[in-house]
Amino acid sequence: MTIGEMNFFQRMVYIVQEYGASLLEGAATTMAIAIICTAIGCVIGFAVGLVQTTEPSKKAGVVKRGLLKAVKLLLTAYVEVFRGTPMMLQAAFIYYGTSQVFGINLGMWSAAIIIVSVNTGAYMAETVRGGILSIDPGQKEGARAIGMSHVQTMMLVVLPQSLRNIMPQIGNNLIINIKDTCVLSIIGTVELFFTFRSISGALYTYFEAATVTMIIYFILTFACSRILRWIENRMDGPANFDLATGDTLAFTSGLTRYNEKTGGTF
Amino acid sequence: MEEILRIEHLEKTFGTNEVLKDIDFSVRKGDVISIIGSSGSGKSTLLRCINMLEEASGGRILYRGQNVLDGKLDEDRYRTKVGMVFQSFNLFNNYNVLDNCTIGQIHVLKRSKEEARAKAMEYLGKVGMDLYINAKPRQLSGGQKQRVAIARALSMDPEVLLFDEPTSALDPEMVGEVLDVMKDLAHSGMTMLVVTHEMAFARDISTRVVFMSDGRIEEEGSPQQIFQNPHSERTRDFLSRFNGD
Repeated sequence: MTIGEMNFFQRMVYIVQEYGASLLEGAATTMAIAIICTAIGCVIGFAVGLVQTTEPSKKAGVVKRGLLKAVKLLLTAYVEVFRGTPMMLQAAFIYYGTSQVFGINLGMWSAAIIIVSVNTGAYMAETVRGGILSIDPGQKEGARAIGMSHVQTMMLVVLPQSLRNIMPQIGNNLIINIKDTCVLSIIGTVELFFTFRSISGALYTYFEAATVTMIIYFILTFACSRILRWIENRMDGPANFDLATGDTLAFTSGLTRYNEKTGGTF
Repeated sequence: MEEILRIEHLEKTFGTNEVLKDIDFSVRKGDVISIIGSSGSGKSTLLRCINMLEEASGGRILYRGQNVLDGKLDEDRYRTKVGMVFQSFNLFNNYNVLDNCTIGQIHVLKRSKEEARAKAMEYLGKVGMDLYINAKPRQLSGGQKQRVAIARALSMDPEVLLFDEPTSALDPEMVGEVLDVMKDLAHSGMTMLVVTHEMAFARDISTRVVFMSDGRIEEEGSPQQIFQNPHSERTRDFLSRFNGD
């Protein structure tokens, strides 16, 4: 039976049988790029967001203030440029630009990772800034009041709480990255979308190939969103807590359970 | 008694608004000083200036003879000596009760985990919260949170403890449990500076009372003198509203 004689489902099965390995490889590349780049993007985002929410200390001299202002300006430019232009063009710009102007051949992987990370970083910077600003100033004051330095206050108190608050947004970014790696096909990265184009080009079965590839994309994104939700719940910790006592009667007396409604233990 | 803090000609302005004007007073070891006065009289700002959460605009704050405002003293070290309890508790939401009391000891005072834990348990026991070490702040009532906040401040072994309206955010039932803890602390010889609207506490527990009005110290004296024989007209006016308390 040739492709022409098959019906829709037979063609899908045929694609999976013939190109299953390439599809899996493409999916793996997509996931690898998405996960690595979301992680690096978060690091960039946290670094940029931290600098942008830093107020110069009152004791700082003119030079320090000026330097901070210059760095902030530079970072703002970075955020605005990368948020404000299409990633597909950035990919072409960086990949072909580096080889043409600097004579550097980045290679598929490094080019892909640089472009997506830097892009994610630009979005994450704003998210982190919002996350830091969302933390009650009292948290900071509580930390300063027991003698924590600015760095300790941020690392131990403010950032962990901001991280929890922006987890949904990090998940959003991961899912966007899974899908948006498809623009890398412009520089020849063999990811899931590139595989789809190869298959459809070879067999002229656009509809079936698209269906199969969409299903794979959906499985990837859906699995990720569930896993992230699970991580969020883990971060919140259990709704109940146990009293630190060896007295077993304290547990059976029933006054130890946290009451969601009243917000107390009594 | 040895003097821990001396405030001299302290001033604070927000823009053109003078919030503190020429504040002078001193805190000696073992003092329990209540600062009373109507809202907006500068009581909280005074405490926040002493703790350097606000930058004073003028004057001096001497900690054991050294001016903390001249920039030579390590601000963070100074803050470990002058603890603070806030109206809104400010417990760290990302840590449980025990970690709230140990994190400063471990990272700021560089104590070992065991030592920090032992110290935290001692003070959590004192405020009656040692059974709740596994709870997160969101799982506690207001009064419980404030008791943990007091234990957290005490765990740093401060020389003075500043209380910024510690019971104002609590409903009447919970005020009592926090005041009881503060009474015990006062009796144990802790040096305390308390901004409060609890006149009974000011009258019965403190060794000295400072009445503030309009950014100035209007009157300062023993509780008996302030409550029974106030010299200033304003003090008399203010206290008359609390008669029968």
